[in-house]
Amino acid sequence: MAKPRIATASLAGCFGCHMSVLDIDERILDLIELVEFDKSPINDFKKFTGRCAIGLIEGGCCNAENVHVLQEFRANCDILISLGECAICGGIPAMRNTIPLRECLEEAYLHGPTVHNPRGRIPDDPEIPRLLNRVYPCHEVVKVDYYIQGCPPPADAIWAALTALLSNKPMELPYELLKYD
Amino acid sequence: MSEETVSITIDGVEIEATPGQTILQAADAAGIYIPRLCAHPELEAFGACRVCTVKVNGRPQAACTTPVAKGMMVENDTSELLEYRRSLIEMLFVEGNHFCMFCERSGNCELQALAYRFGITAPRHDYQYPVRTLDGSHPEVFIDRNRCILCGRCVRASRDVDGKHVFDFVGRGHEKRIWIDAEARLADTPLKGEDRAVSVCPVGAILRKGTAYRDPIGRRAYDHRPIGSDIEACRPAEKKG
Ligand code: SF4
Ligand code: FES
Repeated sequence: MAKPRIATASLAGCFGCHMSVLDIDERILDLIELVEFDKSPINDFKKFTGRCAIGLIEGGCCNAENVHVLQEFRANCDILISLGECAICGGIPAMRNTIPLRECLEEAYLHGPTVHNPRGRIPDDPEIPRLLNRVYPCHEVVKVDYYIQGCPPPADAIWAALTALLSNKPMELPYELLKYD
Repeated sequence: MSEETVSITIDGVEIEATPGQTILQAADAAGIYIPRLCAHPELEAFGACRVCTVKVNGRPQAACTTPVAKGMMVENDTSELLEYRRSLIEMLFVEGNHFCMFCERSGNCELQALAYRFGITAPRHDYQYPVRTLDGSHPEVFIDRNRCILCGRCVRASRDVDGKHVFDFVGRGHEKRIWIDAEARLADTPLKGEDRAVSVCPVGAILRKGTAYRDPIGRRAYDHRPIGSDIEACRPAEKKG
């Protein structure tokens, strides 16, 4: 029987959650026995190559490309998991949500104390993904099946969640592994 | 049963209570934990958060404001009430800006601790990201209204313990905010760092400067044991079950 496939993505996150995936230490060898990695920054596969059992999403949606990737994950994965605070509540990037987008851009590119921008332009190249009005938690954009909390989530929580789900058991984490920081 | 006590039952367990006690106080004394947020043992009951809602003879009541009466049948640990309480906590999370990942109170926060105890992995409502203000003018204390859950503990502690009345509410409904007894700045109030009003805040909304992150992760109040475990540990052995 073919191994189940796992895909991962980092949207508006800092890659800390992916670091925590690697932080399962030598259990990563067991994980490789259990699953095949599909689209993920871990193997640098840019495209989905087949249907995935589990998709792990780090980070919320701050731009149009994030939304596109998230929708692609939803379409290609049986189980979608929000991994970490930013995916679940927007996290640090969502601190801009109380400030109008125009003001954020002007502070970053025009008025900030360390800005050097003689032409006074805010980057608008069509290659750059368009920023959304605010940062959205993943479950406010697509249906999300499970949440692994933490900033970043403890490696033990990721391991416990993946091994439970891969063996069709409910994901139940012990008290110590549910942390919002 | 002695003359001075009345008996009530909580989830079928009979306990003795002293007339004048609230249901919450009687439950605490018997080692039964009823979740709560605005209630504080040193402060007058306020009945603001409704997290302590129990059913008394079938009717929902706030355990922190309802006095005990002979023969009361109280429901506390039921799936229905747990569901109410979970929803309240989830709503508090989406109505404010609770960035636990960098909050100084994280690990020692009662709001977060209740979410952990109830096993909340994500709120079911959309986050509101309200615009709230911060006041860092005072040399010893700051207020971050992003984190305020309007429990009123600071209001009661400042008025009744510190005798100052530094804090009060302004506005109504979702506009309601904790405010201060001064034109504009916390620095212009008689507040002192050691005031009880500062230390009773259940979340990180009023914090003493220079005290952040003192407890390392793993040694904070709710890292290993859920909130309420201290009360439950006092439950007499014969009353268990
Ligand atoms: S500042 Fe703290 S103590 Fe005062 S009402 Fe807000 S949450 Fe309660
Ligand atoms: S603890 Fe009773 S209403 Fe808040």
